[in-house]
Amino acid sequence: MKALSQRRRHPLTAVALLLMGLLLTGGLYAVASGANEAKAQTSTFSAEDIAEGEKLFIANCATCHGMEAGGTETGPSLVGVGAAAVHFQVGTGRMPLQMQGPQAMEKPAQFNEEETRQMAAYVASLGPGPAIPSEEALDTSDADVAHGGELFRVNCAMCHNAAAAGGALTQGKFAPALSGVSDAHAYEAMVTGPQNMPVFNDATLPPEGKQDILAFLNYIDDNKSPGGAALGSLGPVSEGLFLWIAGLGVIIAFTIWLTSRSS
Amino acid sequence: MSTSTAPYEPKTNVGRITNYVDQRVGGSGMVREFGRKVFPDHWTFMFGEVALYSFVILLLSGTFLTFFFDPSMAETHYDGSYVPLKGVEMSMAYASSLDISFDIRGGLFMRQVHHWSALLFVAAMSVHMLRVFFTGAFRKPRELNWVVGATLLILGLAEGFTGYSLPDDLLSGNGLRIIDGVIKSIPIVGTYISFFLFGGEFPGTVIIPRLYVLHILLIPAFILLMIAIHLFMVVVHKHTQFAGPGRTNNNVVGFPVGPVYAAKAGGFFFIVFGVVALMAGMFTINPIWNYGPYDPSPISAGTQPDWYIGFVDGALRLMPGVWEFVIFGYTLSLNVLLPALVPAGILFALLFLWPWLEAWVTKDKREHHLLDRPRNAPTRTAIGVAGVIYYCVLWAAASSDLIATHFSISLNDVIYWLRALFILGPIIGFVVSKRIALALQRKDREIALHGRETGRIVRLPHGEFIEVHEPLDKYKQYKLVNFESHDVLPAQPNAEGKITKTEKARGLLSRIFFEDRVAPASPAEIRAAHAHGHGEVEGEREKKAEVSGH
Repeated sequence: MKALSQRRRHPLTAVALLLMGLLLTGGLYAVASGANEAKAQTSTFSAEDIAEGEKLFIANCATCHGMEAGGTETGPSLVGVGAAAVHFQVGTGRMPLQMQGPQAMEKPAQFNEEETRQMAAYVASLGPGPAIPSEEALDTSDADVAHGGELFRVNCAMCHNAAAAGGALTQGKFAPALSGVSDAHAYEAMVTGPQNMPVFNDATLPPEGKQDILAFLNYIDDNKSPGGAALGSLGPVSEGLFLWIAGLGVIIAFTIWLTSRSS
Repeated sequence: MSTSTAPYEPKTNVGRITNYVDQRVGGSGMVREFGRKVFPDHWTFMFGEVALYSFVILLLSGTFLTFFFDPSMAETHYDGSYVPLKGVEMSMAYASSLDISFDIRGGLFMRQVHHWSALLFVAAMSVHMLRVFFTGAFRKPRELNWVVGATLLILGLAEGFTGYSLPDDLLSGNGLRIIDGVIKSIPIVGTYISFFLFGGEFPGTVIIPRLYVLHILLIPAFILLMIAIHLFMVVVHKHTQFAGPGRTNNNVVGFPVGPVYAAKAGGFFFIVFGVVALMAGMFTINPIWNYGPYDPSPISAGTQPDWYIGFVDGALRLMPGVWEFVIFGYTLSLNVLLPALVPAGILFALLFLWPWLEAWVTKDKREHHLLDRPRNAPTRTAIGVAGVIYYCVLWAAASSDLIATHFSISLNDVIYWLRALFILGPIIGFVVSKRIALALQRKDREIALHGRETGRIVRLPHGEFIEVHEPLDKYKQYKLVNFESHDVLPAQPNAEGKITKTEKARGLLSRIFFEDRVAPASPAEIRAAHAHGHGEVEGEREKKAEVSGH
């Protein structure tokens, strides 16, 4: 220690201390943010998958995304979007895009699960990105439905509606209804942020939180409205429409019946 | 009353008891007076009844809800049986609303009865007012009762909104936040009023108890008072009726209250209750469990008020956001203040003043107990239609987001179109409906003069083809010719021989109102048309009518 204290007035001390401080914070930050990053590939892809995926990619996707998936004027680069993005976009039928529009529309999937995973493998091989969630990541058996509801209302309801019935965004874009969306696709949407959706990475929303949200969505999907027909879960607009058309309609029919025999 | 006859001696015990009571409360006199009151029959006369019955249902179901609702904003953790909210922090108001929905037998049904009948209450009032407006039932002597009715509508809106806010869920909290924003946009005093109302910064801990007092005590008391006045005046004025053979301005043709109407009205109450109960049993309304507890940070997509407040929400949505000015460091939010107050202000000002406005233009000071068919008052009908379109555009704007998603169109385009329609819609509606009304009047006149076209073509001996017209029976004829048609009344000089500016304005309005008119067919015209036979040729008929007219 003596040697160190002797040199404490050395002209370069300040520089050395600054360097050490920077290294320490930088190192800690790297460790901390590394802990929050999407977990490494859970399913490893074989070289054969990647090769098959590349063939499928060139045949079906390269027109817009480019031969090397580097993007063109009509489609973004896919380097670093991860396998999850491919699995979501192709698995829900949004890709290949049917037509240009405010946003990609859902349609029946054009590829089976195997082909989708092969394309995902190819895109994942281009650069690191969120992986397709594993079985454990989607395990909602010990998830907290109530907590999921809270997270959903704070993070998702402003676009997707509190009952996940969907909602409008600007210029023809919209947040879809979430009824019937598979756990894997919902999870992938959260980690990749498709279309106008923001990314909810593991720093913003830890995996347990995502599982809670999935549990909440499954609960409201499985349990029909306790009050009877839900009228689309769209709130006062559908209720008002129903009252004016069905409620008042039936009552007017009765008024006509009641006064039909007089005068 | 009569002293000449011997006093009534009851023979049975029941008779003695009823006689005892009757001698002390005068029940038989009331039954004699009111029970023989005659009411005319028409299906459009029953909307007021629907409103009254839904109010009774509201009182009954509301009382049930007060047994279990706790209007407190004290914090608690939910421990009821709805899983997705277990352990969530919320107010007692929301927790007790959830308990009513899930843990109290019949509670959810009663909540839904209460909410559906609230929607029906305001809807029935609105339709009732439209009926009264379009048939001219607001004219002398019923102007004040029209004002009472309009007051009831406003009270209904207030009652509805305070009730909507009580469960303290996310949806109603968002609604309150908008009200708070509107209040704060009032220059100078806005912030003070907001702090006074919420007992501090929004949302505070006092607003729910305060709204509760208004909702279950003050506003219902006012509504009851107004209903009493409204019904009393109906009895005093007698009910209006449509013109018909034997139905004149001086009589009322219909059934007496006792027993026919009493039975019908009683039965109708149960029909309305039944319809509401069916809706409550089968269709979810205000699923508060979906919305979660109120928290000022989250806002759900598709957040709307109940339908009757929708037009104000729509006005806010339509308003371009540019009218916000900063003057000497103070913000003047006209982009909030104008849409929140002006469209509703115009609507209700016209609503309240209309009976006097029309009487001023027509200078008509007579009593009217016969109703107009809407086509026979074309300008009034056109103004009514313009008002309905004005309201409906604002109303539609409140669901702009759902229109966009469900018809797959851009939200921005919906707003632009509705903005344009807000200005153009009432104008187009006015012109089109006035033309339709006039055209219908012409058709009526044609039928009154020449009868119904039978479609039977007859060839006359000299070779002419004619279509045989069948004359109307007297009853139908009466309805077609018996109406009042105001004529233009130009500006009149006053006692000093001067034409005042207001009188000039009145004259101008009178011209706009009645310049285009179709007069009812006069007896002379009908005689002339009939004398000519029913199968005349169009040109000849014109000549003949002209001759007989002079």
